[in-house]
Amino acid sequence: MWNSKDIPLFPAVGAAVLRFAPLTPLSLAGAHLVKTLIRRHPSLFARLGEQADKTFLIDPTDLPFAFRLAPHVDAPSLETVRREDAGAWDARIGGPLAALLGLVHGVYDGDALFFSRDLVIEGDTEAVLALRNAIDNEEIDLATELTALLGPLEHLAAAPARRVSSLVGSWFGVALTREDERHA
Amino acid sequence: MSARKLELVCPAGTPAAFRAAIDAGAHTVYCGFNDETNARNFPGLNFSRDELGASIAHAHKKGAHTLVAINTFPRAGAVGFWHKAVDDAARLGADAVILADIGLLDYASKKHPNLRLHLSVQAAAANSDAIAFYARAFGVKRVVLPRVLTVQEIAAINRDIEIETEVFIFGGLCVMAEGRCSLSSYATGKSPNMNGACSPASHVEYREEDGELVSRLGGFAIHRVGASEPAPYPTLCKGCFEAGDYKGHVFEDPSSLDAAALIPQLAEAGVTALKIEGRQRSRSYTESVVRNFRKAVDDYAAGRPVVAGALRDLTEGQTTTAGSYRKTWR
Repeated sequence: MWNSKDIPLFPAVGAAVLRFAPLTPLSLAGAHLVKTLIRRHPSLFARLGEQADKTFLIDPTDLPFAFRLAPHVDAPSLETVRREDAGAWDARIGGPLAALLGLVHGVYDGDALFFSRDLVIEGDTEAVLALRNAIDNEEIDLATELTALLGPLEHLAAAPARRVSSLVGSWFGVALTREDERHA
Repeated sequence: MSARKLELVCPAGTPAAFRAAIDAGAHTVYCGFNDETNARNFPGLNFSRDELGASIAHAHKKGAHTLVAINTFPRAGAVGFWHKAVDDAARLGADAVILADIGLLDYASKKHPNLRLHLSVQAAAANSDAIAFYARAFGVKRVVLPRVLTVQEIAAINRDIEIETEVFIFGGLCVMAEGRCSLSSYATGKSPNMNGACSPASHVEYREEDGELVSRLGGFAIHRVGASEPAPYPTLCKGCFEAGDYKGHVFEDPSSLDAAALIPQLAEAGVTALKIEGRQRSRSYTESVVRNFRKAVDDYAAGRPVVAGALRDLTEGQTTTAGSYRKTWR
């Protein structure tokens, strides 16, 4: 069982460095990731239903940027944005990066994070619930999804990518694989 | 010395949560279709017909049972939609359906005489005469008791009836006569008992205002909580209001049921099954709560002490109560 003091914050030094990172490569990778997710997890979008037309601001509050997710079936995108340039969104989900990743990996309970104020939601609550429930059902492993971006090389890259993900995750205090979440 | 083993009935809002419940030790899982026939009709939640069929098959393979909640009250002019839900649950191999409406119970008992019927908490059957009527008229085999009874009252009911009883052991509480809540309907035009969603998300708004989190339902501000206070669900029954000189939770505190410490007394009162609330919660919640309560049930059966209170961080208000089982309030 966790409580708010157990959720690590992204290191301030790392966040300061990321302040100067170019966002375009992250946005390109994000768009590719969402398209791959659609292909690999069609039931995620079936579960989203009409809420797939909404735009979500996924806001890791310990990072200097946020992610603008548009899970539109025909033109999905995951754009990395500075908060001041986030534009219009229907729903915002904010919290430490580790909490958001823990939700994706199904290790944290969204309602409990909301009760403890580790998670903040704004805007269209119906869209937030649909996204939360759809992701929770998919048993997503972020490292596996990122490896899938490599296409035919996925199987060759899986084991090294998992080791690199664990290493990078441990540097920054966040779990990038479901396995690491369980051992956190 | 060993005691009678209680059945643990666990929630699942998605197929992934269903598998998590089975893996964590659920004897029985309850779930519903992704429509207004069940009382947890939230966006992105619940089961398609195909998903339910696969989940029932998975449960049977693991030696567990599946109960399908079709526990809202059919809308006039749309009864066929509820009939189809019962037909599909029977066709897919459900071990029982959980029903509340008298008409639907009548339909199920006649159309599917071999389908086991459980009476939902939504039916609010809170005395032995009412329960005996459902058993006699429709062949109901188990009643889920409303969360308004003390342990002594539950024991008295069990002495007088011939069917099984199931009681809530953990999760959200509802102060109203179950199945008859008008608060959400008043604020949103949608009934939890007809449309299946208390405080439907489409009518909920959260906003940060002057350092406070403000929750609104259908335009009504129902909570203002400071940065260090736990946030509650956006339900009117747990809202914080002013009434005369009083300011506070007029209807009910935002606290959750945890009756783990009462497992021995509930067993002695003749209860057959313990139910965990929370089909709207994540698979993480399901896994944690089911694992915890399976251990508690096994400990009780083996004559070991039952450890309670380990799940507070998962609960609304981050506080727990034994609810009506130990009636101490005003």
